[in-house]
Amino acid sequence: MSFIQACKMAVKSIKSNKVRSFLTMLGVIIGVSSVIAAVGFAQGSTKSITDMISSMGTNLIQVNIMGRNSNRNVTYSQIKEFAEENSGEITAVAPQSNTSATVKYKTNSRSTNVLGTSPDYQIIRSVYAQQGRFLIQNDLENMQKVAVLGTAVVNDIFEGTSPLGEKIKINGQLFTVVGILEEKDGGQDQGADDIVIIPATVAQRLFRSGMIRNFSIQATSPDTVESAMEKLEEFLAKTYKDSDAFRVFNQAEMLENLDSMTGTMTAVLAGIAAISLIVGGIGIMNIMLVSVTERTKEIGIRKAIGARKKNILVQFLIEAIILTGFGGVLGVAVGLSVIHFIIGGFGLVPEVYSIPWILISFGISLGVGVTFGLFPAYKAASLNPIEALRSE
Amino acid sequence: MIEICNMSKIYRIGNVAVKALDNISLSIKQHEFVSIVGPSGSGKSTLMNMIGCLDVPTSGEYRLDGMEVSGLTDDQLAYIRNHKIGFVFQGFNLIQKLNALENVELPLIYQGIPTSERYERSVEALKLVGLEDRIHHRPAELSGGQQQRVAIARALVGNPQIILADEPTGNLDSKSGKDIINLLKELHLKGSTIVLITHDNDIAMMAERIVRIQDGQINDDRVVS
Repeated sequence: MSFIQACKMAVKSIKSNKVRSFLTMLGVIIGVSSVIAAVGFAQGSTKSITDMISSMGTNLIQVNIMGRNSNRNVTYSQIKEFAEENSGEITAVAPQSNTSATVKYKTNSRSTNVLGTSPDYQIIRSVYAQQGRFLIQNDLENMQKVAVLGTAVVNDIFEGTSPLGEKIKINGQLFTVVGILEEKDGGQDQGADDIVIIPATVAQRLFRSGMIRNFSIQATSPDTVESAMEKLEEFLAKTYKDSDAFRVFNQAEMLENLDSMTGTMTAVLAGIAAISLIVGGIGIMNIMLVSVTERTKEIGIRKAIGARKKNILVQFLIEAIILTGFGGVLGVAVGLSVIHFIIGGFGLVPEVYSIPWILISFGISLGVGVTFGLFPAYKAASLNPIEALRSE
Repeated sequence: MIEICNMSKIYRIGNVAVKALDNISLSIKQHEFVSIVGPSGSGKSTLMNMIGCLDVPTSGEYRLDGMEVSGLTDDQLAYIRNHKIGFVFQGFNLIQKLNALENVELPLIYQGIPTSERYERSVEALKLVGLEDRIHHRPAELSGGQQQRVAIARALVGNPQIILADEPTGNLDSKSGKDIINLLKELHLKGSTIVLITHDNDIAMMAERIVRIQDGQINDDRVVS
């Protein structure tokens, strides 16, 4: 008996019991689609985070000061000085202090993120002014109360009038608007455009925040990142005499940490989904076993008129494989639709389609079909024709 | 054609050994029409299973077409059933979800005959039993007599050496039963070797030779016509 003939027979048998065949496939469909959707979701969220980090540039070094020792503090000007001494490795230093504050223009007010920083910030983050100017070094040194606004803030509190030269109040103190930032994020609330930038020294006094704890530092090139970090660590260690008081890290390290974290997340999600795939496989075994019992007579007839053990085995196995294979294809389709219409459609995370995981889950579903189809098929093939014929 | 020599079949049910066939010797030549008659429990079904290669004897020899059968494997027995024997059962034993044509095709599928030839031969066999207008009907849509004709067509289609009919009229009314027997007679006239197993004397009388079996032993063997 040819293989094609065996397939035809299996298809006929599947078709002759459509509802049961569909219910059998359902387990596989749910299993495969949940693996694909879960992995898609995990990888989509990873992508959105890694995209954000890598958009900041690979030359970026972050310094966090954790120590509470007020006697020995590294100030912005000290780091700036250090950077100028090491201009071979470091091109820019920007202090960063983020504080949430209320910004008021006439009667309009808005709660937004007030960032205290230095002119270097625009080099490091590629944030430039589209109108007016960005901060200049003078603003910091002379404690000028000037502000550069993000478009989300402008749109909200200025209502169409030009903000340049206008006075706004931040936490009650008057600031002059000197510039508007280029739009980065479509002007969304809570996004990169919902920001007010003021000189770091002014921010320090305004919010009484004492020391500045975060610095963004740009290395001259990706190749000098390592040596710049070493020098920074050496410099900070000299000041703090405690390596736990500060942290120096770069984007690559952040991405690595993130990778291992999201890798675990992907594995956990995929693992949970894979369990449902195996449950689906057990469902198939169950149905195939029932089918063997139900079709004992048919098997007896086939054997009596000359079917060999192998013919029966192949017939049942092909039935199981077609069921799971077809279920797998439907599962892939459902999984991709979930990613496209639900995960991507509602903009939860970017749409990511992982070809390896699609193949893996489809492969597992076929494997499940073969494995769990084998036992019932073997049972059917081993029936004694005389006894099988006697059954009703 | 069929040569059975000192064949015994012993079934073990628990600790009790039941001798279903006790040292039987029987020989059937080509083109014969033989009925094997006996009451139920006489061993005739066991004998039929042996002749049809559905089972192997406990002891003794069975040569079919010059070939020793008793030592063969399951797959070799399946090959013999497929190529040399056509079965007609009391309960028709058609596959319910297949139509008449598909049922008749089955032995040819297992012989590996290509689709177009299979179709032609199956239609031919159905014509021979007078069901050419019912080839796409399922068993449930056919009368008992028609179902048994489909079964006979299925038995014929592979050109077997022997047609083995086990109580073929047992589930039929007397008129359909008579038709079936006439059909078998017709096939016999065309050259088939037919072994008919029955408990009914009247039907047995239709054959050329009657073998009576009782308690696993042959107690009469005579030519009637």
